[in-house]
Amino acid sequence: MSAYEHPDGPFGLVAEFTNDGDLTRAARRTREAGYTRVEAYSPFPVNGLDEALDLPRSRVPLVVLLGGIFGGLGGFFLQYWSQVIRYPMNIAGRPFNSWPAFIVPTFECTILGAAICGVVGMILLNGLPQPYHPMFNWDRFLRASRDRFFLAIEAEDPKYDRQGTEAFLRSLEPSEVTEVES
Amino acid sequence: MNPSNPTAGTPTKPRLAAVVAPGYTPATITDQVNKVVFGTTPRWWLAAFGGSFVLLMMLLFAVTWLFVKGVGIWGINIPVAWGFAIVNFVWWIGIGHAGTLISAILLLFRQEWRTSINRFAEAMTLFAVACAGLFPVLHLGRPWLFYWLLPYPNTMTLWPQFRSPLIWDVFAVSTYATVSLLFWYVGLIPDLATLRDRLKNVWLRRAAGLFSLGWRGSARHWHNYETLYLLLAGLATPLVLSVHTVVSFDFAISIVPGWHTTIFPPYFVAGAIYSGFAMVITLLLPLRSLFGLKDMITERHLAAMAKVMLATGLIVAYGYIIEAFVSWYSGVEFEMFMMKNRMTGPYQFQYAMLWLCNILVPQLLWIRKFRTSPVLLWGVAMFINVGMWLERYVIVVVSLSRDFLPSSWDLYAGTRWDWAVFVGTIGLFLSLIFLFVRFLPMISGFEMRHLVAHKRGATEVE
Repeated sequence: MSAYEHPDGPFGLVAEFTNDGDLTRAARRTREAGYTRVEAYSPFPVNGLDEALDLPRSRVPLVVLLGGIFGGLGGFFLQYWSQVIRYPMNIAGRPFNSWPAFIVPTFECTILGAAICGVVGMILLNGLPQPYHPMFNWDRFLRASRDRFFLAIEAEDPKYDRQGTEAFLRSLEPSEVTEVES
Repeated sequence: MNPSNPTAGTPTKPRLAAVVAPGYTPATITDQVNKVVFGTTPRWWLAAFGGSFVLLMMLLFAVTWLFVKGVGIWGINIPVAWGFAIVNFVWWIGIGHAGTLISAILLLFRQEWRTSINRFAEAMTLFAVACAGLFPVLHLGRPWLFYWLLPYPNTMTLWPQFRSPLIWDVFAVSTYATVSLLFWYVGLIPDLATLRDRLKNVWLRRAAGLFSLGWRGSARHWHNYETLYLLLAGLATPLVLSVHTVVSFDFAISIVPGWHTTIFPPYFVAGAIYSGFAMVITLLLPLRSLFGLKDMITERHLAAMAKVMLATGLIVAYGYIIEAFVSWYSGVEFEMFMMKNRMTGPYQFQYAMLWLCNILVPQLLWIRKFRTSPVLLWGVAMFINVGMWLERYVIVVVSLSRDFLPSSWDLYAGTRWDWAVFVGTIGLFLSLIFLFVRFLPMISGFEMRHLVAHKRGATEVE
């Protein structure tokens, strides 16, 4: 949601997996073990991962809905205000508020408002743009955008302890485990 | 669809190629998708981009001369005040429609084959809309006052006339351009992150890092991202159907014979998708062999696109037939004359070519070989490109040149400046396409990884 705050000490422990099935299983077991500050990283959207991590419902649909309502009302009001209040023009006795003619721009403004709010909302809800993140301190993490899957347990987790958490992560049979600096 | 049958022991040939050639993993498909971006610049690319760039310079030259001399250098006159400019506008904006159809509507219908062509088609949409947007502005006569079309508070207290379809068009096209850009960019974010993580050149890496916004591919990221992507597809679907509908209102709301007809919105939308797929095929077939992308853009894609063209082409044919029937059935003298004039008047050659290019030649697509052979399919697509341009020429020019009053009739022909601007926008379009395919992944990497991983069954958790 905001810029990354630099705490003292490590960011957390990260395990690397070679496929999405292992990642989802590991994510579920980590949550069942009581960890709360857990994040999974994958090179493509993994089906079922959000359930495994018990993520709350995305707020993007609400933002899109509000953007659409705002755009539609704003678009109609713009036309009503300019054609009825600000600059009424009598064209062959047609009503100033000739709403059927206003439908097309209203529709377009609805779509425009919904789309812009949705994209901006998605970016901001994801805490982006974020130029720095500790995960990038691990060079293997560059493969998260190619073919590797990562599960991070952050140091801020109340259950976090350096040895115990590492042993737990190793029990999930990852291909690598490491501590990542913050 | 499984190419090998374990019980029979001998592999059976599938009827159609797979969406992706077998044997790819997320890692290898990522390398394959980004091969062009990381590779060296091929010589043919320089030649092709150079040729397009020359045409782009011709556009600048022709537009400069237009600004110096005014629209009188074009062939337009009264009654044919809408000449090439509007023909080209409608042609280009129609071409864009295939991109949105592929990326949005086929996503909602879960058509897997869209995955390897959606990025390219979306880029094509953007560039086609950019070319389209030029024409109404250049046609204004005083193009530097184009912003009068937009509602903004001004000292003249003037507002656009919102009851006019021309203002609807401004809203429809600008919304379409914006939403297409957003859709394209959102799709690019994870792929730009891939480039950021793999580029060697520090400046290119920083540029990719800047535009990928710090994307990490975390579960929370993907959760919001996938929700938005689906919603954008849902928003773009009615939008793409509305854009050419509104373009057709420019004609249908008027009372000119040949324009004032209710068949226009559906027949314009079908024609737009028809011409858009033809343009995708025109560009993609050479590019996939030159870049060696045949594993990802397979025979399956060719056949699927050919079928969409055949279906939309038949809707267009229905439109032509109904247009002719209604003008006869209406019993209105002017409507009947309009159709007779189209078929036997001074523009009968263009009308005959229209039938040949848009209706007769595409019937070859019923034959399987024409759907799967790249050369034959490309040939049919070229006919459709020309045919769809002629369709708009016939609609715009023939209807205007002879309307109600014989004393005001006049003939129209494009001048060399009309052609220079038109061919120049093809140069602009191709220049942008060649830059895009060289510097950005023209196939969506994260969607291909998803597709390949699914095929291996790796995502089956429970």
